[in-house]
Amino acid sequence: MNNNVRNSQPGFKMSKLKELTDKCEHLAFDLNFNAAKKWKAEKENRVLVGYMPIYFPREIIHAVDGLPVGIMGGGDRKQIVIGDAYYQSYICHIPRGIIEMALSGHFTNFDGFVFPAICDVIRNLSGMFQMSNIGKFAKYIDFPQDFNSDIGGEFYIQEMNSVLSKIKEINEVELTTERLNHSIGLYNKNRQLIEEIYDIKQAFPWRLTAVETYHIVRAGMVIPVEEHNRILEEVLYEIRQDIGEPLDKIKVVITGAFCEQPPVSLIKTIELAGCYIVDDDFMLGSRWIQGDVDNTTDNPLKALSEAYLNFSTFSSSVYDIGNPKSKRLINLIKRREADGVIFAAPSFCDPALLDNPTYNKECDKAGIRYINFQYHENIGQFKVIKEQVGAFSDSIKLWA
Amino acid sequence: MPENVKKERSMILQKEMIGNLFKELGNVKQTGKKVVYTFVPGNLSELIRSFDMLPVYPEINALQSGMRKKSDAYIREAEKWGHSEDVCTYVKCDIGMMLKGNIGPTGEKVPDPDLLLLSYTGCFTFLKWFENLEKLYPGVPVALIHTPYQENGEITAEMTEYMVKQLKNDVIPKMEQVSGQKFDPEKLKTILQHSADIEDLIVKIFDTTKNVPSPIDAYFAGVYYIGPINIGFRGTPEATEYYKELYSEILERVRLGLGPVTPEGEMEEERYRLVVEGPPNWTSFREFWKLFYDMGAVIVASSYTRVGGVYKNGFRHDPDRLLESLSEYCMGCYTNMNLPQRVEMLAKEIKDYKADGFLVNSIKSCNSFSAGQLLIMRTLEDRMGIPVGFIESDLVDPRYFSYSNIKNRLESFFQMLEQRKLINV
Repeated sequence: MNNNVRNSQPGFKMSKLKELTDKCEHLAFDLNFNAAKKWKAEKENRVLVGYMPIYFPREIIHAVDGLPVGIMGGGDRKQIVIGDAYYQSYICHIPRGIIEMALSGHFTNFDGFVFPAICDVIRNLSGMFQMSNIGKFAKYIDFPQDFNSDIGGEFYIQEMNSVLSKIKEINEVELTTERLNHSIGLYNKNRQLIEEIYDIKQAFPWRLTAVETYHIVRAGMVIPVEEHNRILEEVLYEIRQDIGEPLDKIKVVITGAFCEQPPVSLIKTIELAGCYIVDDDFMLGSRWIQGDVDNTTDNPLKALSEAYLNFSTFSSSVYDIGNPKSKRLINLIKRREADGVIFAAPSFCDPALLDNPTYNKECDKAGIRYINFQYHENIGQFKVIKEQVGAFSDSIKLWA
Repeated sequence: MPENVKKERSMILQKEMIGNLFKELGNVKQTGKKVVYTFVPGNLSELIRSFDMLPVYPEINALQSGMRKKSDAYIREAEKWGHSEDVCTYVKCDIGMMLKGNIGPTGEKVPDPDLLLLSYTGCFTFLKWFENLEKLYPGVPVALIHTPYQENGEITAEMTEYMVKQLKNDVIPKMEQVSGQKFDPEKLKTILQHSADIEDLIVKIFDTTKNVPSPIDAYFAGVYYIGPINIGFRGTPEATEYYKELYSEILERVRLGLGPVTPEGEMEEERYRLVVEGPPNWTSFREFWKLFYDMGAVIVASSYTRVGGVYKNGFRHDPDRLLESLSEYCMGCYTNMNLPQRVEMLAKEIKDYKADGFLVNSIKSCNSFSAGQLLIMRTLEDRMGIPVGFIESDLVDPRYFSYSNIKNRLESFFQMLEQRKLINV
């Protein structure tokens, strides 16, 4: 029986899984970041560092008594009043939600902010934070697009050190090899657990809906990794059991939604329209490094750098010459045994949208079915998308 | 240009230079010269020239297509091919032009690239653009130089070192391989000396707008003035001659107390002096310009003319620091500066050039410029106490140029400037 259906029965005791997913939903969408602020208040010298999509080496913050807090915008849960005065209509939605949150006190007690290199909008948002004196620092982190260890790798280590020096100015905590290796180990574990959830979802997608998965993974962006790991282990225990019943749905991979997040109702709509989502890039940053980062070296910053250069997932924000992302997407679709792919990109997202023609053509060549649509984080009408996804699902079920 | 408008010698020189470049590009099959596609911001023209290769700038082709009313069809072609209406129209115009046979602005076929040189400066979309081009020109080598952003408002020694290493490790070896020539530091040194001389002249030329009336328009005419340095002539004797000639013509205008030359002749009365942020619209360039000169508005400084290099702050290519200097040039381009730096620069220009107002032309296609412009505008309004205006258009997509909307907004802006003048009398 489907978990949601099961829990809606009158008199039914709330299952452990439902309890966990409810908790994660609450954490993931607490736009005031109360859990993170509570964590900071519990001990002196702790710092909160907000980071924007996509990827950021959270290990380095963790290792110096910090909590990296993922900022994914206001979604459809924050009314935009001030933010629209900061952005033209043809710029994507996420930065206006973030600036709205910044200027209306959501980030009180945050110490600093990191803006990973992903596009010009997020880059310039770092300047807007600097100009508006939000936080003690606003640092754009320029990820190398040169993938040589002694060139791009060294530069990346300098970028990480620059973030660390800003934190040290605030809490005077010194980074040590032991501490960073310990943090790397915790995040390795975190990625392993998330990947296991996705593996189980691939084989038994009815055991955990895409929305539940989304809440569970997103919660990890606002709480300490130790706590998230405990939640993930509990979730895994539950979904390793034979729960739920399969429905006649196709399996799809969703890609393009790595920065501005689709509203949860959109994810639900895709599932209701006949799809099991067996992989996605919603919380790509949490799954960025493929495999473990070496946590046994005496130079853990270099280990993080090497992992970024050599074991990053594919992404629209990474220069792909020499390792085309379309091939890697097709490999993922095959590995997940998906029936098709949904290219869902935020409106006005140059990185995602400029990849679509290449992706589409490679899917054509590989005989993989796909659809494209655009959304924005506070879209409220899903009828058209539901019909489009429904027709896509039917076409595969009936004709493939 | 109407017949009664006299062409200056500098205009003829520029036309010859550009004509010769396209002729050379048309003859590469015969001459065997290699062709490098690259971008204007952070362009490594000098390095390309030191290997006797010819540059092609996809943005320049796109803007020329826009001015010649060809971009509409190219953009639609790219959209038919799968590109979203939402994305950068320079990219779509270029891809559309390629899909339709790569016929360049002069009507001749633009040769295919022998090298794709991605000077990734100040614009993330460049990276996406070249990923697309790489698919369209399979097998053509790609050299990438990642230009670190001035996120902290400075160029550090580490940033320069990162770029120099990329030049040595990837860019130069690929240029050697494609051109069949060894890197010649002495040759590059000579070219960079010319660049530095040209940059001196550029600064002097754009500084003449301190005069009242301003002898030039630093935006609409300014884009022509920066043309030669932005399409690969920086570092050449021809460009040095062109800028010397242009400067002497402008000085003569200053001596005679003349205002700028417009497509309809000399502007009679200078009523408003403006600083403009953002690129111009190319598809209706003349109509757009006319909206200003009809009202007696002169642009005394513009950020767009610094997109291919900022020289006003003292940067010059340095023949004694070859690769370091090329790197610092890339990192210094306007869109590679952080927002606080951009505000500082614009504020200084408003002050230095005695501007009456500040105007943003916000471009739908260009997030690198556009994201943050509203905050820049309000900051300058508060800090400088001058009227600010805001209009929207696009680079080369005519669907996003609304003449009436822009005219209405500009008229309101000019009224505001007029009232401010009356108050200040």
